[in-house]
Amino acid sequence: MIGALLIAPVAVPLLAAGLLVAVPPRRRLHRAVAIAASATAGVTGVVLLPSTLDGQVPSLAVGGWPPGFAIVLAADTLSALMLCVTSVLVIAGLAIAAGTGDDTNRFYAPLVLVLAAGVGGALLTADLFNLFVFVEVMLAPSYALLTMTGGRDRVAASTVYMTVNLLASTTLLAGIALLYGVTGTVNLGELAGAATSGGAALAAGVVLLALAVKAAVAPLHGWLPRSYPHAPPAVAVLFSGLLTKIGIYGIIRIYSVLLDGTPRFRGIVMVAALLTMVVGVLGALGERSVRGVLSFDMVSQVGYILVGLALFTAGGLAAAIFFMVQYVLVKASLFGCAAAIEVAGGTGRLDRLGGLARREPLLAAAFMLGALSLAGVPPLSGFVAKLGIVTAAVGEGDYLAGAVAVGVSLATLLVMLRIWSIAFWGEPPRHRVHAKGIQASDVPASDAHGHDVHGRGARASDVPVRNAHASGIRAASIPTKGTPTADGSAQELRPTRARGPVVGPAFALALPSLILGLGAQPLLAAADSAAAGLLDLSAYIEAITR
Amino acid sequence: MTTAIAVGVLVAAGVFLILGRSLVRVAFGFILLGHAVNLLLMAAGGLGRRQAPILGPDGPTAPADPLPQAFVLTAIVISFGTTVYLLGLARAQRRGDQPDDRGRRS
Repeated sequence: MIGALLIAPVAVPLLAAGLLVAVPPRRRLHRAVAIAASATAGVTGVVLLPSTLDGQVPSLAVGGWPPGFAIVLAADTLSALMLCVTSVLVIAGLAIAAGTGDDTNRFYAPLVLVLAAGVGGALLTADLFNLFVFVEVMLAPSYALLTMTGGRDRVAASTVYMTVNLLASTTLLAGIALLYGVTGTVNLGELAGAATSGGAALAAGVVLLALAVKAAVAPLHGWLPRSYPHAPPAVAVLFSGLLTKIGIYGIIRIYSVLLDGTPRFRGIVMVAALLTMVVGVLGALGERSVRGVLSFDMVSQVGYILVGLALFTAGGLAAAIFFMVQYVLVKASLFGCAAAIEVAGGTGRLDRLGGLARREPLLAAAFMLGALSLAGVPPLSGFVAKLGIVTAAVGEGDYLAGAVAVGVSLATLLVMLRIWSIAFWGEPPRHRVHAKGIQASDVPASDAHGHDVHGRGARASDVPVRNAHASGIRAASIPTKGTPTADGSAQELRPTRARGPVVGPAFALALPSLILGLGAQPLLAAADSAAAGLLDLSAYIEAITR
Repeated sequence: MTTAIAVGVLVAAGVFLILGRSLVRVAFGFILLGHAVNLLLMAAGGLGRRQAPILGPDGPTAPADPLPQAFVLTAIVISFGTTVYLLGLARAQRRGDQPDDRGRRS
């Protein structure tokens, strides 16, 4: 009975997206419908969670086809947990977009809803080909969201993003074709344990390789730091928590179901995990914009989840799942902070930021919470997650993995402190702009919704992440409020305060980190249950093949 | 064997085109790659069985596997959509939205 709910996270956002395209573009209506529709997925997750914690696996054979023919949706604890957290993220992303003005495009809310539907479907499906379809459903709107607001850098960034993801999707499809050729099925239940050796293992390897590209596992991570920093700020929040996480979720699911955690392949996963952690954090040290640092750091954090998977013990998997759930929120909070920093400072470039701690206490608090949690400082949730992973690694006698995890945590702290000391504690830069430097075409006629952010990079082209005429943030309504200086040709500019709608969601996303750090027990229990579900697949297999 | 060779040639040509600079070539490369994977999917269902999978009085002797055909149909629709989007992106690039064109155009 409860299984009938499983269609909701896919169907409701899709229907709502269709509805919103049809009705006239009223922004309030769009926001309300979009938030309600994405909340449905979260409510479904919350409803499913108690029964999955008891070890049940609610499932739904779509279309009422007999077993063996039907395409099955199923939810175990891992799916239900991810459903809850991604739904929170979509709502936060919509709220931040409302704050920064990224949702002025009438197709913004429908695209986000299609993205959410793809995510929900990918989390729930128990069919390999269906996983491919839902990943595509998720990627198609992401291409559009990345380029929606045009601009030179964004077209270049989305060219990279799109070609790499298309290539990965093609590889994924080829892997599924090979797997079908070898085994004759794409149902995860029938495939369980099928790929431990021989041709099927090779085919499953192709599938995992394609998912590794989507999850930005080193050395296949290059596309991520080149595209995410150029996305509109609110879109980056969504991407950070949804796209790569679906890749990771797919890797966890397929590795544990198809390969059954075969010891032969653990070494490969472990090497990839350690490489990802180190490469990511070193890359982050060299970046020069807030979101550039955060994007590279994302690569590094993916490595932690993979360490837990590579260990494939109850402790390791539970720690990986705990890590993933809290990390989605923390990272989204940090990207939300980055959006607010760009509003408050007018740019995301570290060399042009400073003095935000005094002007933006709430933003500073949110960033500090997120940054410390990311680095794994107690009592925040990142500490519990990293402690779990290090404990599991050492418990398995894998001291190298434990040492690298601790070392990368330290480096992450360094990376985060770099943003903190420059953007928040640093000397406020003197903002000077030549009014003539702003091209007339880039200055919007009026500011329709009051977010008159005073961008103050010298020329519009000097602010790579901001494209004034397309993004809702009016980066260039400067000349009206600037204080003329002595020579009259240059103006002193004060960037505005980041307003509640931008900082609020970022802060709200950072708070769970504190709560999950102090009261980690419920989520730890859920993660344990999810890990047990991955180690003992009998309930899952029974649910999707019966 | 001919299918394997066809898939190999299509992949080689597709990868060659994708490595080019122009987005239009990249789009064509992805079309070829998509064809290669579709062929692979068809081959995965078994190429020896070609008859329509309809149960008559005596039934087909070698019914084709309908599942890969459904897969291919889905994959064609998806790759059509992405190809159109890529071509749209190529058009945006030609309007001078590409950083490499900045110097020349401004």
